[in-house]
Amino acid sequence: MTKATSRRAPRQTAMRYSLYHRPVALKPTPTHFCPGCGHGIVHKLIAETLDTLKIREKTIGVAPVGCAVLAYNYLDCDISEAAHGRAAAVATGIKRCLPDRIVFAYQGDGDLAAIGMGETLHAANRGEHIAVIFVNNTVYGMTGGQMAPTTLIGQKTATSPCGRDQVTTGAPIKICELLNTLEAPWHIERVALDGPAGVRRTRKALATAFQAQVDDKGYSFIEILSPCPIHMHCSPVEAVRLVKERMIPYFPPGLYRQNGQSMT
Amino acid sequence: MSKRVLMNGNDAVGEGAIRGGCDAYFGYPITPQNELTAYMAAHMPRHERVFIQAESEIAAINMVFGAAVTGKRAMTSSSSPGISLKQEGISYLAAAELPAVIVNVQRGGPGLGNIAPSQSDYFQATKGGGHGDYRLIVLAPASVQEMHDLTIEAFALADRFRSPVMVLTDGRLGQMMEPLKLHEGKPPARPPKPWALTGAVGRRSNMIRSLLLDDGVLEQHNLHLQRKFALIKNSLLKFEELNTRDCDVLIVAYGTSARIAKGAMDKARAKGMKVGLLRPVTLWPYPSARIRQLAAQVKGILVVEMSSGQMVEDVRLAAGDRAPVVFEGRLGGAVPEENDVLAALRGILRRSRGRKLS
Amino acid sequence: MTTRKRYYIKINSEYCKGCGLCLEVCPKNVLALGTAMNSRGQHTAHPANAGECIGCLQCADICPDTAIEIDEEQS
Repeated sequence: MTKATSRRAPRQTAMRYSLYHRPVALKPTPTHFCPGCGHGIVHKLIAETLDTLKIREKTIGVAPVGCAVLAYNYLDCDISEAAHGRAAAVATGIKRCLPDRIVFAYQGDGDLAAIGMGETLHAANRGEHIAVIFVNNTVYGMTGGQMAPTTLIGQKTATSPCGRDQVTTGAPIKICELLNTLEAPWHIERVALDGPAGVRRTRKALATAFQAQVDDKGYSFIEILSPCPIHMHCSPVEAVRLVKERMIPYFPPGLYRQNGQSMT
Repeated sequence: MSKRVLMNGNDAVGEGAIRGGCDAYFGYPITPQNELTAYMAAHMPRHERVFIQAESEIAAINMVFGAAVTGKRAMTSSSSPGISLKQEGISYLAAAELPAVIVNVQRGGPGLGNIAPSQSDYFQATKGGGHGDYRLIVLAPASVQEMHDLTIEAFALADRFRSPVMVLTDGRLGQMMEPLKLHEGKPPARPPKPWALTGAVGRRSNMIRSLLLDDGVLEQHNLHLQRKFALIKNSLLKFEELNTRDCDVLIVAYGTSARIAKGAMDKARAKGMKVGLLRPVTLWPYPSARIRQLAAQVKGILVVEMSSGQMVEDVRLAAGDRAPVVFEGRLGGAVPEENDVLAALRGILRRSRGRKLS
Repeated sequence: MTTRKRYYIKINSEYCKGCGLCLEVCPKNVLALGTAMNSRGQHTAHPANAGECIGCLQCADICPDTAIEIDEEQS
């Protein structure tokens, strides 16, 4: 927002302008997300990115089964639903047919890392020119807080009532590190909604991911550690704290791949 | 006069897709349809169209979904086990009313089965293999020429009715070679698709979905789909009739079984037996009305299938009590023999004369 | 002439769900949950000490419902 510099003699005028306003790409409607849910923040940031990069009318989103399937009620761009786990394949079909459009998939951990792991890996391995936004909140939210591939050891969920046990369920999967072993991806980054600073880093990461699509560079992947108060059985404020104190140690945020080069 | 070329059925389907305007093909290896995937791998790039060998049949059908939401013409092909994997995706295509073509080159089942021809996916194809109330338009070729022509027809029907269309064939038709004439001229016209996701330039943003949670909304959507299926049933019906004007016995068979039945019919005719053949080309919508009519005229109906008898149920439904319906078939990839069909025809005629031959 | 900045915090009570994150991150304790309820019966946030606001936008950043809009006025 550049301030107009006025050459006329300064008069005692009050000049009021907006520091922050609701993005155009966000439909004017309350969301169904639980109070304090990280999905709401990610929706806001994606909408901001569509505005700042001026790509709202060129963007097609894919929203698979999960809390964020209702993205098409909130993000004001063309959006297709996808069957559970298949967003990366649907996005591939869209992008291959409309190569000059910006295509992104918005997925949760169950969708991306459990049922959709195959599609996730192969779309990344083919280097599809899509942006994948992975909201990792360690549970299946929509269905009532079941254990997900990224549920932490010892974390209690509807299907790990005594805490996730590594002996019988394995360890949480680190998707950024996994995808970073592939040749094709262009950008892989993990960020965390562990507070306003984390939100700002997430905003930058999303801008990078979408800019890579504008520049047609290749596959960009952003993993966002996100609070899920209701299924972390705590208040929104505590859930954000859990992201910082529990999730970040196991899922270290950072830049795993930049301009096609691994950073680790 | 366009010249005839010699091709196997799978390649004829591939060339049919290309001449039918297929913009994107997503395949996966499975016998007996591999020739088709290989054909598309070689030819689609030459036409600057999309080809992907997906990581699974599930991924492939969902790539078809993605291509279809953009308004482009998309196709996938597989064989029985692979088609089972695609059923959820097909249900999504039907629910979201997306045009798409799915080719099933059937093989022996159930389970891994074998790679021999079969017709044991009839129920899956015509009664809805995925979840929910939906129907697929199902086309059944019986020659390499029809493998080519019906694939082109499938793209036209998919766009016309905004629906997935299945070409239901088998490994024999897929891998045998016959001369055919390739489609000349432009692909079927493309209707406008204002619903497509192309980027909301100068219009409201579109959404394509099938999750309809609000009270009563899914029921309304289902009623809309049922109206569409009724419209399809009233405006689309293809079948072939041979010697049915004066026949005492009617054979009902499709695809490879119809070819064998025709052979048996000719032999029977040569022996003075008045046998006719009705060959459904659309398996859904099914020619029930015509079968019901012919049932009144004949002493019996013989249904020939490469399965335990699936289409026979639809024939029984159509014939009602007008004529006895007898089944002759082979299982597990075995192909019926003309002599077995001939014997069954004699059996019907003998029983219909009401007296035991001494 | 020193320019004095004032900040205007607008919170949409229908978007706001009273999650309290903005209260937590505000360095100047500007915000508080009010007694008023929105149509969903949630106590929503409101600027209790608007004068203290320094325009850092922490609240707007963390808000999961884009309920907060901030204007700056220079006089």
